[in-house]
Amino acid sequence: MRTPEEIYEMLKNQFSDSILEFESELPVEKFINVSPSQIHSVSKYLKDHLDLQFDCLMCLSGTDDNNDEKTTDEDGNETVVPGTLSVYYNLHSIKYNHKVNLRVKVQKDKPEVESVENIWKTANWHEREAFDMIGIKFLNHPDLRRILMPEDWEEGSHPLRKDYENPEFYQGMKVPY
Amino acid sequence: MGILDKEFAEGNVVVAKAEDLLNWARLSSIWQLSFGLACCAIEMMATSASHYDFDRFGVMPRPSPRQADAIIISGTVTLKMATRIKRLYEQMPDPKYIISMGSCSNCGGPYWEHGYHVLKGVDRVIPVDVYVPGCPPRPEALLEGLLKLQEKIRNESMRKKNANA
Ligand code: SF4
Repeated sequence: MRTPEEIYEMLKNQFSDSILEFESELPVEKFINVSPSQIHSVSKYLKDHLDLQFDCLMCLSGTDDNNDEKTTDEDGNETVVPGTLSVYYNLHSIKYNHKVNLRVKVQKDKPEVESVENIWKTANWHEREAFDMIGIKFLNHPDLRRILMPEDWEEGSHPLRKDYENPEFYQGMKVPY
Repeated sequence: MGILDKEFAEGNVVVAKAEDLLNWARLSSIWQLSFGLACCAIEMMATSASHYDFDRFGVMPRPSPRQADAIIISGTVTLKMATRIKRLYEQMPDPKYIISMGSCSNCGGPYWEHGYHVLKGVDRVIPVDVYVPGCPPRPEALLEGLLKLQEKIRNESMRKKNANA
């Protein structure tokens, strides 16, 4: 069994520049920030390393970090600088009973993250959910379709984005109350 | 008022109006489409089970819309489901009845404001005969809803559906 700090040190030695930082100050579980293009190789390492063996992806969630920056100039025009979206990975090793959390942060205007579907099959539907609700594109995902919303829901409309607006009608049915 | 408390003329002969007979037959065997949507469906299932015994009113679940007389919309109608409900309704033969069970299918329920995926009332896609309030309604409330539906059928006329009582 290893603590998240030890796991962080191991990762740091293995992938020096793609492991960004270790967040331990927040009043939530500690997590390791990983760069979006490296998440696949980091995950593979965590799963295959004999002393780690993270064989279970407990959860994968997409979030909107709610950090768009709005500025209003003198004429009252609003400009929005898009913020970030995140994906959190909660890993557990059944063999060693240790846990670690990873987080990948991407810019809203280019929300692309490597898929980990071929490492943990669980990720297939979880990634589809994160895509459906938040709009994160998982590269190399075998079947990235909407999973909960109707298939013909408006393209690029992801309901759990903070700036989401509900359409007035869907297939002729009024949506607002 | 049933048929059997009508006048008996001779022996086993019952005298009744054809309309009454037809309505009585209809209201005594409302076969519901076996169909549950969310938490309300649990109460509907409880109503069907032995303790509340829906069957004593002639209500039993049928798995095909072609053989069903009524749908109990028991739960949250999502937009995705609403299109399917509409199709199921259209597949049912006339006469057909709808009981809307619970706040969700009456008006959107707890999802009325932020439910981006919820239809705010199933009556936006199909006509509802009886609304049963509650979240979820107790089985007694659903039974009351059924009795209301029976009352409605009892007062139907052959010439006009849904005649007023
Ligand atoms: S009305 Fe309440 S109990 Fe019924 S489906 Fe909606 S939330 Fe569930």
